Amino acid sequence: MVTEKQNINQSLIPILEKVSDPEIPVLSIMDMGVVRSAVIENNKVKVQITPTYSGCPAMDVIGDDIKAALKTAGYDSEIELILAPAWTTDWITPRGRKALEDYGIAAPLDAEADKDVLLNGKRLVKCTNCGSANTRLVSQFGSTACKAQFQCDDCQEPFDYFKCLK
Amino acid sequence: MKNENLYKYILGIADNSLILGQRLGELTGHGPSLETDIACTNISLDLFGQVRSYYQYAAKIAGDNRTEDDIAMLRKEREYVNVLLVEQPNTNFAYTITRQFLFDVYHFLFLTQLEKSKDLTLSAIATKSLKEVSYHQRFSTDWLKRLGDGTAESKEKMQEAIDGLWTYTDELFHQTEADKAMVSEGVGVDVTKLKEAYYEKVEAVLKEATLTVPESKWFQKGGKQGIHTEYMGYLLAELQYMQRAYPNMEW
Repeated sequence: MVTEKQNINQSLIPILEKVSDPEIPVLSIMDMGVVRSAVIENNKVKVQITPTYSGCPAMDVIGDDIKAALKTAGYDSEIELILAPAWTTDWITPRGRKALEDYGIAAPLDAEADKDVLLNGKRLVKCTNCGSANTRLVSQFGSTACKAQFQCDDCQEPFDYFKCLK
Repeated sequence: MKNENLYKYILGIADNSLILGQRLGELTGHGPSLETDIACTNISLDLFGQVRSYYQYAAKIAGDNRTEDDIAMLRKEREYVNVLLVEQPNTNFAYTITRQFLFDVYHFLFLTQLEKSKDLTLSAIATKSLKEVSYHQRFSTDWLKRLGDGTAESKEKMQEAIDGLWTYTDELFHQTEADKAMVSEGVGVDVTKLKEAYYEKVEAVLKEATLTVPESKWFQKGGKQGIHTEYMGYLLAELQYMQRAYPNMEW
């Protein structure tokens, strides 16, 4: 139900890939899956983006950053925020997941495993520092709406886990 | 206004989230521990995000120059139609968690129905919000059980909170005229039909938390008609201060 295809003009992809999430600078908005469409009409670009979480304060900034990047490339643009279909962590690309892990944020597990670690105390999330799965949930809520706080019981490193959102 | 009932209906949903979000926001830097502080303010942020979607839609329906900010910041106390439950103060963490739990259970049931609305904007907001509210419900349910079935002191405080807030639960299921109009159009949720499932769920969790379900049949009401408890004025004073002191200021 949430697999609606993106409609993005190929020539815009290199421009949009340079825009990153201000809260997670290593992650391009394209790898994040928040850009749902980008089309050129009469030399003006129309972009539709969807929020990860309703209250995500990054959305306004992302909109401004897209506008600025397109302006530099010679396009005027119009940004529209759409809510349906609702964003899911499934839309984060494999490259995006890797960028998250490299940055120190554990990428989302599948929905079942996610439930097990957040509700049932299972140790499945791999520490982004040492790779051990001997980790525990510190808090279901973290530094941003999309993350939970974890700690590794082997290397002791605290780290963020990107919560699965379906 | 052409769609006055729809406008009122949206405010009826959104005001709950705005006022609860404001209450939770008061805990920024004041939560009992870092993790719970962050959790409460995360929930607040989710609620404010949802509120923005609702108010933006309401402003569009109003069709005048009204903006989401005007709706949020510039109404008088009597014009806010949130339920009394959400404006109750953060007396202590037991009250904060109990208030949250009593609202989350309702909110989840409500959004599950709103998702089926014929109004596509409301349905989209509901789908989006549901994902967030399921986290809220997990958080408050978890703490309710932990504190209810905790130490003698935590249990006593939780029981006091549930006894104190119970009187505000029935109002969640009262219908306004706008509600009735929207239900008949297939846009709104018939809240009277949520009541049974609500109390069933709440009572089951209270039982698990070894707390006693209050027996009082006396319930408070008035919020949906704009008649609020004494706490509302103070809350609004803080919420609206900037816009009242410096009209139209932006940051």
